[in-house]
Amino acid sequence: MKTTNIMIVGVGGQGSLLASKLLGQLLVAENYDVKVSEVHGMSQRGGSVVTYVRYGDKVYSPVICDGEADFIVSFETIEAARWVSCLKPDGKVIVNTQKIDPMPVITGAAQYPENALDEMTAGGVAVDALDALSLANEAGSSKAVNIVLMGRLAKYLDIPAERWLEEIEKAVKPKFVDINKKAFMLGYNYSC
Amino acid sequence: MKKLMIGNEAVACGLYEAGCSVVSSYPGTPSTEITEFAAKYDDIYCEWAPNEKVALEVAFGSAFNGKRSACAMKHVGLNVAADPLFTMSYTGINAGLVICVADDPGMHSSQNEQDSRHYAIAAKVPMLEPADSAEALEYTKKAFEISEKYDTVVLLRMVMRIAHTQSLVETSDRLDGTDKPYVKTPSKYIMMPGYAKKRHPIVEDRTVALTELAEKSELNREEWADSEIGIITSGTSYQYVKEIYGDSVNILKLGMVNPLPVQRIKSFAAKVKKLYIIEELDGVIETHCRNIGVEVTHGKDIFSPIGEYSQERIATALGMEAKSHPEISAEIPVRPPVMCAGCPHRGMFYALSKNKITVIGDIGCYTLGAQQPLNAVDSVLCMGASVSGVHGFNKAGGSEAEGKTVAVIGDSTFMHSGVTGLINIAYNSTNSTVIILDNSITGMTGHQQNPTTGYNIKGDPATKIDLEALCRAVGINRVRVVDPYDIKACETAVKEELAAEEPSVIISRRPCMLLKYVKAAPAMKVSNDKCRGCKSCMKIGCPAISFKNKKAIIDPTLCVGCGVCTQLCAFDAIEQ
Repeated sequence: MKTTNIMIVGVGGQGSLLASKLLGQLLVAENYDVKVSEVHGMSQRGGSVVTYVRYGDKVYSPVICDGEADFIVSFETIEAARWVSCLKPDGKVIVNTQKIDPMPVITGAAQYPENALDEMTAGGVAVDALDALSLANEAGSSKAVNIVLMGRLAKYLDIPAERWLEEIEKAVKPKFVDINKKAFMLGYNYSC
Repeated sequence: MKKLMIGNEAVACGLYEAGCSVVSSYPGTPSTEITEFAAKYDDIYCEWAPNEKVALEVAFGSAFNGKRSACAMKHVGLNVAADPLFTMSYTGINAGLVICVADDPGMHSSQNEQDSRHYAIAAKVPMLEPADSAEALEYTKKAFEISEKYDTVVLLRMVMRIAHTQSLVETSDRLDGTDKPYVKTPSKYIMMPGYAKKRHPIVEDRTVALTELAEKSELNREEWADSEIGIITSGTSYQYVKEIYGDSVNILKLGMVNPLPVQRIKSFAAKVKKLYIIEELDGVIETHCRNIGVEVTHGKDIFSPIGEYSQERIATALGMEAKSHPEISAEIPVRPPVMCAGCPHRGMFYALSKNKITVIGDIGCYTLGAQQPLNAVDSVLCMGASVSGVHGFNKAGGSEAEGKTVAVIGDSTFMHSGVTGLINIAYNSTNSTVIILDNSITGMTGHQQNPTTGYNIKGDPATKIDLEALCRAVGINRVRVVDPYDIKACETAVKEELAAEEPSVIISRRPCMLLKYVKAAPAMKVSNDKCRGCKSCMKIGCPAISFKNKKAIIDPTLCVGCGVCTQLCAFDAIEQ
């Protein structure tokens, strides 16, 4: 079986580590060889962060390079654009339409590229955009953005939703299980 | 059972299984989690030491007294611990002693990308380098065996990409009965010249014996294929090579990177037509190959000594075609790390920036004070260099420099190596001003306790070093405390202490906003009527404040109500 490459990108502090933990645990339970490369340290302080998840029969490299990602799951709009060169020509971008200004935009040194997603779509990139923050709030917590996006990703992977829900039960504290399951299904069943 | 673990957790697991009993470390990305995970085992005593030199000496003392011991540090931490390292190479150990050192190719969270393999060569001690979490666990255990069999400290070299990548490991039980009796042996453990002269030949003999080990050890392995290409590699680079070539080239994978085998490399080289040496950072293996007369087809001539590798970088260096991928023309602004909303460092840096103070900086979250728009830092060198540096800066610049220059250093970094610089300021007298940014935690590495916090690694109460009393005790009479959320108080303190005719310390004290016990205040709001769009509030570089439709807006999900921005608004437009 070929290796599947998933990038989870966003802004430090958005909860991408929990998303990759959940995905990693699920893939191990499904008997794949897995590598999950995380970012710790300085970049976590509001910087651009990327987690690489790779699985298949045998995984060597921990990283994903230009033209290699099957999926890019982005927690923020322009972070999807920042990493889009890593996508395979037939890969898919799943993006939360939330916008978080980086410091150069805050200080006025740069503009937020408002049309980045349109440009990606126009260039033939398959983009699945959703307002994951609203869906997370609907599920009961703004912090569940990560699980909404995992729900959306699950739609495209060959692992049944029930398996994801079982892993969510193991990965989160009991009192947050219902919110997270709901968040997962909202992402999974989302239609534009 | 197979478990997914980051490399650092696997090392901790290896420490446990090897029967390691004592771990002393100083936190440093990408090594920190080794000690954090080790601390979860009740069978291992773990501690955060004030710095890496102390940590290694603690581990040495413990191994000397018969318990398998370890310490973990980042690459630059090994510089701090180099002094005991070089001499414990002579003494050898009693029970096994392993130093886990984590390099940071690509400088994800570091001030340089030095290659720790040079230390193994210089100190004449063995070094193992795992290529994934399973090897991290296995090599950690192997390191203890080698340590005891060859009577030497062993270095375990991690790199960020192994340390922070989860991959599958299989765990097993803890080894019992590894304790050794303590026997007083002055000629082995007292390194005064008479004894040390007798130990040096033993070190040289040991290197010969370890080289023999490298010749036959399974830590090094050949993978044969029907190909004219042969690649010698190790660690992460091995994974990238496998990603590109799979099983289609000959590979000599080195798990023991010091000492390197001689015959084994010669024999591998003799069987291939083209020999590539692919190693991240410096050309250590390549230099060895050339020294032993092995002809290298490609090494550092095409594989850069700079930055982190990937399959793409190696493939490009080999002239392979790039993979097709989408491209967009929109310019994506960079997103550098920033001080968090409510960060207690922000107010003090704003006060320094506003008053155009020269700031000799240090290592920690507060290095981010160098970023736009605060732009408040003039230099950052290494742990502790702010305090010693400001003294030198002031010696060179005299009273003019003394009147407009400060050192800034965090509480943990001050404990690490700032206090010695402060002793120097008092003893060799400059009217230097040192600001200790006391956020009551070791921040950047992810919240580790330190001697000033009053808690140990387990979170249990511990002796709390009194910073004010410490500063006074080393001869600083002017010690004052300010709240960095009060910009005026910061400015007043800085101005007064810079003007003082003696050295002084300002303790800028407020706990890190991310600490669990720190409760956020309600978010601030900008009154649209009152806001004139002057952007004064944006001079502090708070990620919660942005500017839309000619007015400031505050993101209520980020704002923690610290109120620093309200002090900059001349129109009272920001309210809770």
